[in-house]
Amino acid sequence: LAASGGSRALAADATVTLPIGNGERPLVAYPGKRPLIRLTTRPPQLETPFGVFDEGPITPNDAFYVRYHLEKIPLSIDPDAYRLTVGGKVDSPLSLSLHDLRTGFEPVEVVAVNQCSGNGRGFFNPRVAGGQLGNGAMGCARWKGVPLKALLARAGVNPGVVQISFEGLDTALLMPPFVKALDIDHARDGEVMVAYAMNGEDLPWLNGFPARLVVPGFYGTYWMKHIARIDALDAPFDGYWVKSAYRIPANACACTEPGKAAASTVPIGRLNVRSFITNIQDGATVAADQSLLVRGIAFDGGHGIANVAVSADEGRSWGDAALGEDLGKYAFRPWTTRLTLPAGAHRLMVRATNAAGDTQPLEPLWNPSGYMRNVVESVNVRAS
Amino acid sequence: MNPPSRVLLAALLAASVGPAVAAPLAYKLPEETAALKPGPGDETAVICLACHSADYTSTQPPGKGRPFWEAEVQKMIKVFQAPISSGDAAVIVDYLAAAYP
Ligand code: HEC
Repeated sequence: LAASGGSRALAADATVTLPIGNGERPLVAYPGKRPLIRLTTRPPQLETPFGVFDEGPITPNDAFYVRYHLEKIPLSIDPDAYRLTVGGKVDSPLSLSLHDLRTGFEPVEVVAVNQCSGNGRGFFNPRVAGGQLGNGAMGCARWKGVPLKALLARAGVNPGVVQISFEGLDTALLMPPFVKALDIDHARDGEVMVAYAMNGEDLPWLNGFPARLVVPGFYGTYWMKHIARIDALDAPFDGYWVKSAYRIPANACACTEPGKAAASTVPIGRLNVRSFITNIQDGATVAADQSLLVRGIAFDGGHGIANVAVSADEGRSWGDAALGEDLGKYAFRPWTTRLTLPAGAHRLMVRATNAAGDTQPLEPLWNPSGYMRNVVESVNVRAS
Repeated sequence: MNPPSRVLLAALLAASVGPAVAAPLAYKLPEETAALKPGPGDETAVICLACHSADYTSTQPPGKGRPFWEAEVQKMIKVFQAPISSGDAAVIVDYLAAAYP
């Protein structure tokens, strides 16, 4: 029984404890990665330690989170033999090498956040089944690659095509293959791309080497890693990972009464608005009656962040933070502000608003799958 | 440079001086150490390790009780096609409810 091997566990390695029940996680360095918070071993799911988000609006490749679904992830890839096929209802199916992708098309770049749909699921109350993540299943990188639109144009998409589906190199023996799809208009919007570079380097292996889909503004579930196959479909894709998984309540808040199922659901889509304080940890002690630097990040699904406000009085008053470097409407937007706190306990809250006027709720919204958490985040500090 | 690009560069350099020998790149995952907690029924529950490691189970929220594990096992069977008989499912639910309270 596998249980007998358990004693040789990771006792010597560092662990972190997320502030949730069963929140103990090992910190493990995978090849090409710095020590990350491991949620699961097979397939690997690794979370970025939150302090990384204080390093700047670009998440380093070696710190970027990892999420797989299927038990067999690719462990051997021949870059010379690798091919991306574009097929289905097209005039001329393509079979493209990495060299073709790099040299045969005009490359584009975008700085965009990739966030797991279940980022923060561990904080849901009542808690729900699924990956019990803290807030580290997100990252922002500069992606470079070929617009999907250009690939589809070269293949010649037939009239009547309604969706484009995507499949990677990961495989499963028993469970449904990981395939996702986007509506044809979305796929051809010029922003969705097949990326072969991330922050100026090859994609890290665990983030989809040699190429992955980048869907700016959309949750990570659509960003197919190790992309190998693109198909034009004349009927909506109805595979498991779209039809049954990654679905949210079909209402404006994507929420239900806690503990209740949704009456009807739709596939998850764009990121909602989120913001975090990154330079002060929950429970920190800070200097009283002195100017305190508070900084962090904010992001949304592509309208762009218009305002970030901070409160130190349970939300009675909010002061605007100064927005930092603008790397584009899909990127982490850094912000900073200064507060002077009297001695005592304080809760610092941050709330962002995007250019469409969408903001974050003061109380957490709930849904059965633990998706799209975006409550106003806070850190408790003691000023002395 | 991350490992893939370093190896890629080496491959390109090799290709420029001699005949290219296409060699796949390999990625080595750390050894799997997560294991099921020992307990009555653990021999039956090894089937749960067929598609994912034991930490999928051990990291789930505590205090949810038997209905939670009943629902998870049914989901694995109905949704993910886990080949588990109804007899074994009952044994596994008992095991999970006791080992992962
Ligand atoms: C046939 C494949 C298969 C088998 C066998 C299997 N599972 Fe799973 N399990 C899955 C898949 C697929 C997921 C979702 C994986 C993902 O998205 O990362 C999953 C996820 C989970 C999760 C995470 C929570 C959730 O609901 O997604 C738990 C807990 C879990 N399985 C427990 C079990 C237990 C206990 C057993 C044995 C009774 C078992 N699994 C057997 C395929 C399987």
